[in-house]
Amino acid sequence: MSLNTQEIRKDFPILQRETSDGVRLVYLDSTATSQKPLAVIEAMNSYYRRSNANIHRGVHTLAEEATALYEEARGKIARFINAPSARQVIYTRNTTEAINLVAYTWARANLKAGDLVILTEMEHHSNLVPWQMLQAERSIELDFIPVTEAGLLDLDACRTLLARTPKLVAFTHMSNVLGTINPAAEIIRLAHEAGAVTLVDAAQSVPHLNVDVQALDADFLAFSAHKMCGPTGIGALYGKAELLESMPPFLGGGDMIKEVKLRSFRPNSLPHKFEAGTPAIAEAVGFGAAVDYLTSLGMDAIAAHEHTITEYALERLEEIPGVKVFGPPAQHKGGVAAFTLDGIHPHDVAQILDKDGIAVRAGHHCAQPLHEKFGIPATSRASFYLYNTKEEVDLLVNGIYKIKKLFG
Amino acid sequence: MDDLYREVIIEHYKHPGYRGHLDPHDIRFADNNPLCGDHIEVTMQVGEDGVVKDARFDGHGCAISQASADLLIESIIGKPLEEVKQLNKQHILDLLGIDLGPVRLKCALLSLKVLKAGVYGLGEASDELVE
Repeated sequence: MSLNTQEIRKDFPILQRETSDGVRLVYLDSTATSQKPLAVIEAMNSYYRRSNANIHRGVHTLAEEATALYEEARGKIARFINAPSARQVIYTRNTTEAINLVAYTWARANLKAGDLVILTEMEHHSNLVPWQMLQAERSIELDFIPVTEAGLLDLDACRTLLARTPKLVAFTHMSNVLGTINPAAEIIRLAHEAGAVTLVDAAQSVPHLNVDVQALDADFLAFSAHKMCGPTGIGALYGKAELLESMPPFLGGGDMIKEVKLRSFRPNSLPHKFEAGTPAIAEAVGFGAAVDYLTSLGMDAIAAHEHTITEYALERLEEIPGVKVFGPPAQHKGGVAAFTLDGIHPHDVAQILDKDGIAVRAGHHCAQPLHEKFGIPATSRASFYLYNTKEEVDLLVNGIYKIKKLFG
Repeated sequence: MDDLYREVIIEHYKHPGYRGHLDPHDIRFADNNPLCGDHIEVTMQVGEDGVVKDARFDGHGCAISQASADLLIESIIGKPLEEVKQLNKQHILDLLGIDLGPVRLKCALLSLKVLKAGVYGLGEASDELVE
């Protein structure tokens, strides 16, 4: 079933606004953060109006309601990624914190000097820096699956790297710059054959594709609510139960304990072991509502819609003289078009497009090493989600022609 | 079309008068804007009387950052270093003749930060230099 974009757009109040008098918002920055449907805004609103209380241990009505809402949302998120159980879904602040959780707990308990961690050249800073920090502390080794000129991971090079028996392979499921959808199941299978644990940065894939953690056989998988129609401030880490159970806790404090004495504590069971302190309760409720919203439309229909828009956008952008789009062709790509325009800096492109209400991002998109690899300091990036239309792509293209004229 | 992209800015961006690298030079400093990766290098020759004899900038970045660098270099040649040390944000805004939001202000001020860090012999082009 295909998406009715015009109906979907009515679900997003922000898409009705203008950025200045008579200039309608054209939001092409969902890879940075998506917009939020009314259902998510109302769920959080209703939580604060009706049910707000601190969760767990409370016995009064509100505390019980709040706890139930918080845990129901976890169940929805678990079903959304086909996790075997909700206790394998840990709430975090975002993808970055989920990756750091693994780096601070599993990795510090399991990696020693000389151990190899394999990443890729297309990682977001959030899946580079935590490992660089660990390297500084532990003298682990880092190596990187190269990116080909076409913007794909070099799987032959990957096999060669895996022969060096890495302890961990941590990679992005979908590049936030190139849009490349990596063959996650195959990389995980190869990594497992080599005896490595796997971590998938799914910040860009879970919002846009049907992601099944059991089909992938992922050991860890991290994603954020705010890129999938949910609120900022909450994300999730999925992990295999035996790994999560064997890991030391992350942050210490309330809720993550079973018992505390003056000089010792016993950690709580999953998932609470990793959730110290009062969490983002309203945001968890909003996260659950976002998952409901996406589920009601169907992830396959969303992915198909984005594919249509992306194909059209690549076709239109590539016909503009001086535009170069980075990354693979549409069949390997999610809804991302990072491009350069000859002689005009991406910041200028983004700024001038903004005058027409068109929101794109400019910069290195937290993937500086990838930009260095392609020999460019920055790109402009248009990205597409379930609410974007071909007409919006046309407005972007017209905007780029205007910029070219201005810079003459 | 828009104040930000006044003709003078586009003109200095496309045809800078002071892009280059002086060798030999008495002062050289380079730094990046970590937000967007814009890069500016400034080289200067200073006479014994403490006056800037010649100066150039090099680097890459948006029209705002490169045009302000060009305008800035033009404005300091022939000025005593002591006077260059006193330059601040307002000087750049006067040269550009526009108002800038907080994000683009960083682009515009990069060259002045680099210039002052070089003149003061500092290791880093910090924001405090241009306040």
